[in-house]
Amino acid sequence: MNQQKNATQAESTTGASGMAAQSDVQAKVTASLKRRRRKEKIFRGVGLGSVLISLTLVLILFINIFSKGVPAFWQTSFEMDIYFDPAVITIADKPEQQPGETFADFDDRLQAWETELGFVNFNRLMTDAVAPLLPDFERSQTRFIMQMITSGEAHALRNMVMEDPSIIGETKTLRLLTSANVDVWLKGNIDRDLPDSRQQLPAVVRDWADYLYAEGHIQNRFSTALFMNPDSRSSLASAGLAGAFIGSFYMMLIVIFLAIPMGVAAAIYLEEFAPKNKITDVIEVNINNLAAVPSIIFGLLGAAVFINWFNLPMSAPVVGGLVLSLMTLPTVIIATRATLRAVPPSIRSGALGLGASKTQTVFHHVLPLAIPGILTGSILGVAQALGETAPLLLIGMKSFVASIPETPFDQSTALPVQIYLWQGNELRNFFEARTSAAIIVLLMLMMTLNGIAIWLRKKLEVRW
Amino acid sequence: MSNLFVIAVLLAVMTLAYQLGMAKSSKQASRLAREKNTQAMHSRPHHHGALVAFWATAPAFALLLLWSWFSPWLVNQLVIAQLPEHLAQLSGNELNAILRRISNIANDFVSGGVLADWEIAAAQYYREVEQISRALMVALVSGAVALGLFLSYRRVNPQLRARNAMEKVIKAVLIASSTVAILTTIGIVLSMVGETLRFFSFVSPMDFFFGTTWNPRFSTVGGGDQGEFGLLPLLVGTLLVASVALIVAIPLGLLSAIYLAEYAPPKFRSAAKPIIEILAGIPTIVYGFFALVTVGPFLASMGDTFGLDIRATSALTAGVVMGIMIIPFISSLSDDILTQVPKALRDGSLGLGATKSETIRKVVLPAALPGISGAVLLAASRAVGETMIVVLAAGNSPVLTANPFEAVSTMTVTIVNQLTGDNDFSSPQSLVAFALGLTLFSITLVLNIVALLIVRRFREQYD
Repeated sequence: MNQQKNATQAESTTGASGMAAQSDVQAKVTASLKRRRRKEKIFRGVGLGSVLISLTLVLILFINIFSKGVPAFWQTSFEMDIYFDPAVITIADKPEQQPGETFADFDDRLQAWETELGFVNFNRLMTDAVAPLLPDFERSQTRFIMQMITSGEAHALRNMVMEDPSIIGETKTLRLLTSANVDVWLKGNIDRDLPDSRQQLPAVVRDWADYLYAEGHIQNRFSTALFMNPDSRSSLASAGLAGAFIGSFYMMLIVIFLAIPMGVAAAIYLEEFAPKNKITDVIEVNINNLAAVPSIIFGLLGAAVFINWFNLPMSAPVVGGLVLSLMTLPTVIIATRATLRAVPPSIRSGALGLGASKTQTVFHHVLPLAIPGILTGSILGVAQALGETAPLLLIGMKSFVASIPETPFDQSTALPVQIYLWQGNELRNFFEARTSAAIIVLLMLMMTLNGIAIWLRKKLEVRW
Repeated sequence: MSNLFVIAVLLAVMTLAYQLGMAKSSKQASRLAREKNTQAMHSRPHHHGALVAFWATAPAFALLLLWSWFSPWLVNQLVIAQLPEHLAQLSGNELNAILRRISNIANDFVSGGVLADWEIAAAQYYREVEQISRALMVALVSGAVALGLFLSYRRVNPQLRARNAMEKVIKAVLIASSTVAILTTIGIVLSMVGETLRFFSFVSPMDFFFGTTWNPRFSTVGGGDQGEFGLLPLLVGTLLVASVALIVAIPLGLLSAIYLAEYAPPKFRSAAKPIIEILAGIPTIVYGFFALVTVGPFLASMGDTFGLDIRATSALTAGVVMGIMIIPFISSLSDDILTQVPKALRDGSLGLGATKSETIRKVVLPAALPGISGAVLLAASRAVGETMIVVLAAGNSPVLTANPFEAVSTMTVTIVNQLTGDNDFSSPQSLVAFALGLTLFSITLVLNIVALLIVRRFREQYD
């Protein structure tokens, strides 16, 4: 704006003089002005261009992940009537604790019963249910049916019987997940024109899947398997995030109860109490450096100190939580110090003037005013810790865990590590989408945390 | 579980002691009030309560901590002394395995199998010692509680400076918290230096720092067949990826910052800035997946059209995606620094007839240059230490090459590869991870310190 006005003024004054000797200069100036304005435009355009490129990159990243991942929340599944055939499930009544029987004895009997139940051929129930739906089905093709249903469903049926044996002899309408390969085939995630040798399913199964899908026996429905199940290697279609989610949850609890109080306390000391001297200078430089240390270094620290010296269990959320806490600490300290610094000194002077002690001033007057900023900084720190992968790999969290951890000392994975594990699965056609879905879950959690932080900042922010 | 129970009891004692101290002090206060002598009360009742609660439980907690630290060691020593001669002579893992088995037998975790006589005896002894130690702990802790409660309760009187005492405790807690950050740094340095020295007892530092081949082999029992641990291929790979990242990020980040700080209308700025900063908040594993699944194949097919041989997982792929990741680091820091350049400099230049872009290029940028170079150094340290993107997208092939289209390996990738699963921390194959970590730590430390100094000096210059 400014320089344009200047330029027009300059032009008008030279134009007004109108002398012949100056017209040469004028021509030069006009020419150079033209060039300079063009340069200005180009420079501005390049700036705008790079902003737009950056924005486009954000957009591409999100569109890419979401377009891949969202379909994975829907999985193809059978809807079928399962007859819990007493002829197949030949098993004694579920034992009950007799009066006078010790618990150990009862437990032995119960376990024997459960073992016996494990031998029951639950696949038979499913093949019996599917076979009548198929056109010109031959008995010799029975084994192909089980290629359509994910193997975890047999365990699901067994668990149903184990919980309530009275369903034997009844018919129930159940929704059973198809196997990962059928899901890939029906969703078109594999090239349908590939020759037989390169398809993962035999031709007959592919035809059946298409037929059942057209008939509506197989439907593409929203599936909770991704959220409710732990990871699985044998039954890929029912592999889920539950174990990783609980692992991450424990770690975040540890971060919240360790890193935040300690970080806030450290920041209060450094900002409000510490004398300005060499030692506090060293602490300050040290904290700023710690915030920029690569996260993998914290993993090395965890492996050497927590696992090798303290003999804490490997792959346990408690170790992960400790490592992530140390990593988050500087972030919390820096954010808290910034907020404390923003509280005006007049508040402190007022409190001190009225006779409050230093501690009372800080805890009764300064800290309450700084809480919004502290909360925001802490939530951002937790969100960062939630997405961290590298240090967790070094403390053994990349091992496969097929159960949901019950305590923070059990083996577990974490959400970002689960993403890492899934992206390396051999069945790329299926797991590319599932990994993207896991990423969506992780991003959603992080966005929620960030959203809460922004909302808190907007709602509680005090401008001095 | 039993420790948790003790902690719960101690917490209950804490509230009780607080109430006791407060009650006694309140009574004294109301007596003084009746005598119209309120001045004589130094601290308020809740200060007294807090002090009593502190003395009643803090020593007990300290004892509990010490006990849980030392008792397992003590119990093990006693049990070992009790073992038959030839077993007590064993060392290391074998002894640990025996001790674990004894503790399992003692806790009835082992069923079936035939137990040796000495095992049963040891388990019995273990159980006894454990019980004694537990009883001792309970006695000690309750003694500490009783003594602390009694002494501090007796001390409650109007003259006691309970508030000052409590404030000292609070200050001690604050100081302790701020030393954790220092301890972390010391822990990082000590643990890595220790393991690195152990590594150098296997491989000479010269071979490590100047070796040009990276081929660690697998750790073998006895360690007869040692691999080659040359750092250079990894270092070059790291620098290659980081350079590609900076080549992508510096122009985009800097130009975005300039546009947003100098040209953009406020509305556009306030919308675009947070969106670009989203890029900084996305977990790196997501970038890694994006690089592996989308960017890599895209670059490879681009290479095909231009007749270049670009691998899908290469230094280029990892670098480009890492560049996207560091755009916001450069743009936000540069943005801060550009807005800190005093307005007078700009006005002077504009007043002399320079166009806006000339002002930016010839006046604002030179003035901001130190700060911006600090920002770039910080971004470089990020790029050098980044792990997940390179683990997934750099191809993991530790060969000495300067061709960004080839697959490379970096220090961070190698740390992850070497320290995986059951590491026993005794073979050079896993110890090398610490030597790499120390190298990486030193590099990033130097980058960070220089960057922070530059940025700080820049701030002081224009404050």
